Amino acid sequence: MYDTAVRHTNTAPGAVGGRDGAHAGVRADGLGKRFDDLWAVRALDLDVAPGTVLGLLGHNGAGKTTAIRMLTTLSRPTEGRASVAGFDVVTHGADVRRRIGVASQQTTVDPLLDARLNLELIGRLSQLPRAAARRRAAELLTRLDLDDAADRLVKTFSGGMRRRLDLAACLLATPSVLFLDEPTTGLDPRSREDLWTVLRDLVDGGTTLILTTQYLEEADRLADDIVVMDHGRSVATGTPSELKRRIGGDRIEVTVPEHTELVAAGAVISPFATGELSLDGDSLTVTASVGADVRIVDVVRALDDAGIDVRDVNRRQATLDDVFLTLTTPGGRP
Amino acid sequence: MTAIATAPHPTSPDPTAPVAARPTRALLADSLVFARRNVEHIRQIPEKLLDVTVQPIMFVLLFGFVFGGAIAVDGGSYREYLIGGILVQSLAFGMFGPAMAIASDLQEGVIDRFRSLPTARSAYLLGHFLAELAAISLAITILLLTGLATGWRAHTDIWHIGEAIALLALFGAGMIWVGTWLGMVVRSPDAVQGIGFVLVFPITFISSAFVPIESMPGALQWVASFNPVSALAAAVRELFGNPVTPVTKDVWPMLHPVAASWMYCVLILAVAVPAALHRHRVRTTD
Repeated sequence: MYDTAVRHTNTAPGAVGGRDGAHAGVRADGLGKRFDDLWAVRALDLDVAPGTVLGLLGHNGAGKTTAIRMLTTLSRPTEGRASVAGFDVVTHGADVRRRIGVASQQTTVDPLLDARLNLELIGRLSQLPRAAARRRAAELLTRLDLDDAADRLVKTFSGGMRRRLDLAACLLATPSVLFLDEPTTGLDPRSREDLWTVLRDLVDGGTTLILTTQYLEEADRLADDIVVMDHGRSVATGTPSELKRRIGGDRIEVTVPEHTELVAAGAVISPFATGELSLDGDSLTVTASVGADVRIVDVVRALDDAGIDVRDVNRRQATLDDVFLTLTTPGGRP
Repeated sequence: MTAIATAPHPTSPDPTAPVAARPTRALLADSLVFARRNVEHIRQIPEKLLDVTVQPIMFVLLFGFVFGGAIAVDGGSYREYLIGGILVQSLAFGMFGPAMAIASDLQEGVIDRFRSLPTARSAYLLGHFLAELAAISLAITILLLTGLATGWRAHTDIWHIGEAIALLALFGAGMIWVGTWLGMVVRSPDAVQGIGFVLVFPITFISSAFVPIESMPGALQWVASFNPVSALAAAVRELFGNPVTPVTKDVWPMLHPVAASWMYCVLILAVAVPAALHRHRVRTTD
C-alpha cells in the first residue's frame, strides 16, 4: 500500500480549498522556493490548526529551514502562498511579524550584551512599551531558569543557556505562532528535556508551534502532526502514531560471524519481525522491525536453540534513516 | 492533518501585546533602540572607541611633533595647518566603525532576528547611523581640544567656525553611509581592515591633509587637487583662519574649497545613502 500515494502531502481535511481556509494557525498551499536551479522547497502544503504542534522532520538540506524562512517572512516564496496567524506572509508581512516568534538554528542573541538587556531591547523592538518590555524580560528570565545569569554577558553562556535565551527572545511579545528551527540540536539530553517541558507548557497555553527537527523522538514527543521532508518535498504526513505504525516500531539488529549463517539467522528472526527483514552481506547484519512486545532475550534464545553463532545483538529505536528507508521505498516494509 | 484545536487561543487583548505605533515615531523609537545597542557594545568593549578618541590624538602628536619640523608651511605654523587635515582624515576613517559593526551583525545572524521583529527595516541602519554620528561628534570635540592644547587656534568668528563644524559633520555623515554600504558589501568583518589600508589610507594621504600639495611630484599634484579630502582640509583651514598652502593646479575645487566641499559632501551622501539602502534590501532579501 506504500505506493506513491503516501507521497501526497495534503491530508488535511478541507485543506484543498482556496484562500478561504486562512485561519489563526498556519497554512501553506503549494509553497515553493527556488535558488537558481535548485528548488529548496517545492509544493509544500501545510495546515496547522491554532494551538497545535507541527513537526517538520528531515535531514540537513531537506528544506526545513527554507520553509520556516518563508513562513516567517524572511524569505520570499517563489511560488505558492502561505498565511500565518490569518495573514498572508507576502502581502501582510508586517502583520505576520507582529504575531510570531522565530528562533533560527543559529542563536541570534547578541553576545556582547547581557541576557536581560538582550531581552529588553528585543521587547522594545517588538513594540512593547518600556515598562512592559522590562517586566516581560524579567518574567521570561525566571520562566526559562536564567535568573542567575540574567546580568552576565551572553558570550559567557553555554549552548543550552543561549538556546533558552533565544527562546525567551521569541516569546517577548507573546506570539500566537512560534517557529523554532532545530531548537534542541546540539543540546545535552537534560537541556533537551527542559526545553521540551517549556514548549509543552506554551502549547498548553494556546500557542501554535512549528518546529523542525532531525530527531524522530523529538517530533514524537512534541508534535501533534508530522511532515517528513526530503529534498524539498513532503514525503509523508500524519500523526506520530500513524507514522510509527507505518515504520513499524523498534529495530533489532543481529550480527553473525560468518556469511553462511546470515540467511539461517534471518529465518530464525523472521517470526519476530513485523515486516520484511533486511540482510546486509557487508556488515553481516540482519535488521528487523519488531513490535513493542518482542523481548531481545527471546530472540537470543531462539538463535541459540537453532545453533547459530551470534557476534552481536541489539535493539534500538527507529531512526530518521529507518523512516526514510520505509517511507520512500515503494512497496517497502508494511 | 488531524486538527487538535481544543486548546484555547488567546483572543482577548493582552496588555503586553505589541501596539502599532505611528510609523515615523516608531521608526525613530526603533532607531534609538538600535543606537542604544551600539552604545552598550562600547560599554562592554571600550576599545571600540579608540579609533575616535586616542587615534586622532596620536596623529596630532605624531605629525605635529615628529614630522612637523620637516614640513614647511608658508604663512603659519605646521601645527595650526595640521588640525584641519587631521579632522578630515579622522572623519574619513570614521567609515570603518559602521562597516565593521554591520559586517559582524550580518555574519552572526543577529540581523535575521531583527528582520523577524515588527520593526521598520531602515531602523536598523538608522540606529547605526545615530550611534556613529555620536561617535564622530566625540572625535571632532577631542581633536579640537587636542589642537587647542598643542597651539592651534581659530582666528575667525563664530559663524565661520560653525560652518567649518557643520561641513565636517556633513562629511562625517557621508562617510558613515559609505561605511554602512561597505559593511554590507564585504564578505567578513576582517575584509574591512584590508580595504581600509589599501584604499582609504592612500586617499587621505594623497591630499593636502598632512603636507602641502606643492611638495608632491607633478602627477600626484593633479590627483591631490581633485581629491575631496584636499578641498575639505583647505575649506576647514580657510573657515578657521588657519594657514592655507598655495594652490599649485588652478582647478576649481582648490580655488573655491568651501563651495567645493559642500558639493562633495552632498554628492557623497547622494550616492552613499541610496547605495546603502539598496544594498541592505539586497542583503536581507532572499
